[in-house]
Amino acid sequence: MSSPMPRLRRSLTAIASLSLVGSLTACGGGGDSAASAPGVTADSILVGTHQPLTGPAAAGYSTISPATKAYFDYVNANGGVHGRKITYTVKDDGYNPANTQKVVRELVLKDKVFAIVNGLGTPTHTGVLDFLKTNKVPDLFVASGSRSWNQPEKYPTTFGFQADYTTEAKVQATYIEENLDGKKVCFLGQDDDFGQDTLRGLTQVLGEDGVAERQKYVTSNTNVAPQVGKLKAAGCEVVVLATVPGFTALAVGTAARLKFAPQWISTSVGADLATVGAALGDAAPLLEGFLSTNYLPSAFDSDDPWITLFQKINKEHNGDKPFTGNTVYGMTAGYLFVEALQKTGKDLTREGLLETMASGELDGPGLTSPRYSEDDHAGYGGAQMAKVTGTSQDYFGPVYATDDRESTPVKVFDGEATAPPSDGIPSE
Amino acid sequence: MLDRLSHHTLLRHLLLTLVAGAALVALTYGLSPYRSYQLATGAAYLCATAGLTLLVGLSGQLSLGHGALMAVGAYACALTSAELGDAGTTGPLLLLLPLAAAVVVTAAVGGVVGLAGARLHGPYLPELTLTLTIVVPSITTTFADRLGGDQGLSVLVEPAPAGLGATFPLERWQAWIACGAALLTMFLLANLVHSRFGREVRAVRDDEVAARLAGIDVARTKVLVFVVSAATAGLGGGLLAVLTQAVSPGGFSLAFSLFLLMAVVIGGIGRLAGAVWGALLLVVLPDLTTSLADRVGSSPALAERLDGNLSLLVFGVVLIVVTIAFPQGIQGLLSSAAARLPRPSRPGPSPSSPTRSSPSRPTSTSSESIDV
Repeated sequence: MSSPMPRLRRSLTAIASLSLVGSLTACGGGGDSAASAPGVTADSILVGTHQPLTGPAAAGYSTISPATKAYFDYVNANGGVHGRKITYTVKDDGYNPANTQKVVRELVLKDKVFAIVNGLGTPTHTGVLDFLKTNKVPDLFVASGSRSWNQPEKYPTTFGFQADYTTEAKVQATYIEENLDGKKVCFLGQDDDFGQDTLRGLTQVLGEDGVAERQKYVTSNTNVAPQVGKLKAAGCEVVVLATVPGFTALAVGTAARLKFAPQWISTSVGADLATVGAALGDAAPLLEGFLSTNYLPSAFDSDDPWITLFQKINKEHNGDKPFTGNTVYGMTAGYLFVEALQKTGKDLTREGLLETMASGELDGPGLTSPRYSEDDHAGYGGAQMAKVTGTSQDYFGPVYATDDRESTPVKVFDGEATAPPSDGIPSE
Repeated sequence: MLDRLSHHTLLRHLLLTLVAGAALVALTYGLSPYRSYQLATGAAYLCATAGLTLLVGLSGQLSLGHGALMAVGAYACALTSAELGDAGTTGPLLLLLPLAAAVVVTAAVGGVVGLAGARLHGPYLPELTLTLTIVVPSITTTFADRLGGDQGLSVLVEPAPAGLGATFPLERWQAWIACGAALLTMFLLANLVHSRFGREVRAVRDDEVAARLAGIDVARTKVLVFVVSAATAGLGGGLLAVLTQAVSPGGFSLAFSLFLLMAVVIGGIGRLAGAVWGALLLVVLPDLTTSLADRVGSSPALAERLDGNLSLLVFGVVLIVVTIAFPQGIQGLLSSAAARLPRPSRPGPSPSSPTRSSPSRPTSTSSESIDV
């Protein structure tokens, strides 16, 4: 083994195996013929999303993308959009930002999707904004109420969807001012933009001193007893939650164990009765009187024409799964995307789609309309309070309209809710 | 010329590095952006696996916390790039300084862990490093104001230099950066292994008492190896941060640290070439298992369960098979296969032929020397 040749041979072997590895990887590569719009053919449109199908936020949220897909299937079964059928590729990121990085690159670089639709999560989606911008991928209806999605100058291809958390919190704070005046208001929120944006809305209306005790949690630690204990010790009477459903259930359940029963007020994302109730199991009656805000038609309101439509689609294309706020949420995102495609026309390009988005023409299910314009990429611009009574969660009081700016007051919304088209598919 | 080359370690490694570099640059022109990104990720992993294989195979110190050390590098990189961005720095410095910071900071952390570790024997060093994988993510969520909590931090990355043309894909540029760093790491480590220090490390691993009698400072040697290994892990972490333009604690879980170790064992422990196989596996296996899960998973619910867990399972099975069937790993298997090939250019095997000045191979069977 000590003659000079084997060493050289080893070096050469190494070079050979390197190039072998190289050629193996190269096999998977291959360029594509430069199509005008990636993911679009004469009869199909490929779009993708990242969703927490597993992990700490899967409770409830894992049913959103099947609902969106069900709406797309409904449209496909009725001839598609301008003759094109929509294929919706859902990738699981487990609500882990590092996984989101990976799956979104797979969607954009490998699967070559036309757009990312309804990518879910504040911490997860924040990390891919720059990547999507660099690749000029339309990033529509981000499933989170963070204000980050509304930065048209910095992220021209990203559009929000939800009423942002600041907007929801301002509506909640207005309710607190009018109905719970003099009570000690506290806050429990996720330790990221979700929590911070919510707190920001509260303090905009109630003032910096208006929120006494402020606690935060991280999704990687499921013990919230220390935080809830501090809220109890501080004598909180109203606790505003910026929590994902699993942590809403944890907070309510933990508080019950600690004999702590404040008035809970939650943002829409953590308040779906079916989801939180399922997480609480036998303890679901703890949710009696639970307050929250939302901006979409209530899943419990069978008289609403949107709900009738979505229930029908849920039955026909979603295996008649439990119909919850998440179903409404997923289908609404699907509806708005189809509406954007319809209005962009037969000649579909990424630029054209973004122009439609910014045109402000979109108007689907919702208590108010989305705010989309050239210089506003935020979603819905208002919310209404809802309350849990028995096994129902119903709206009450006025619909309020506002936005995330400190200077914008919270006003009663004077517009009309839009009615769905007769066949449930938006027109051109 | 050939004769002289094979005698001269430094020159040989330099040549090999240059050839590999040229091959990789050529290769990236044939790759789609997604494959370039995978190549870049693999190169970043390689920095870490190369350092880890050196630590485990050459010095016999087992680390279960290299993923956490990569996280340290990634965060050092992100924080430095944010500072530089605030100060208005642009150009190559915005890339090089954060990566340098990743190496330096992680080396310092590695020094502290190594200092403690050099006093530990048996399972205690792995346990110490294991705590790193718990501590580092906790630090990021505890100091969320500065470190961004679960959401993490974003990393300022400049697009590919304008000189390369407007249509030059960012992913190819990233692949160049990562491969360049990985080749530099491999070059330095390969020389280190063949140096006096490399021989001392092996002596310490084989018999600490004998090494001490031979005048080797055992503790210093162990700590130094740990520092070097941590530095490369830090570089790997910094590269990952640059590649994804973001860093979050979820990317550096305990499972990731274990994956790193598994990859090194499967690739061939103690061999730098084995680290290449390991890095390749780290990139390819999760992808393969995901597509496998998509095909096997008859129901969506089953597919959801398999997703993520299946790669752990497959990795585990491969590890068991490799450990039983060919304990020297993929690279060991390849070298023994190569050794069985007929060698026309040699006058026949002569195990007792006079040795040249280069280091003789260690005697014990478990102490495979490092190949490049």
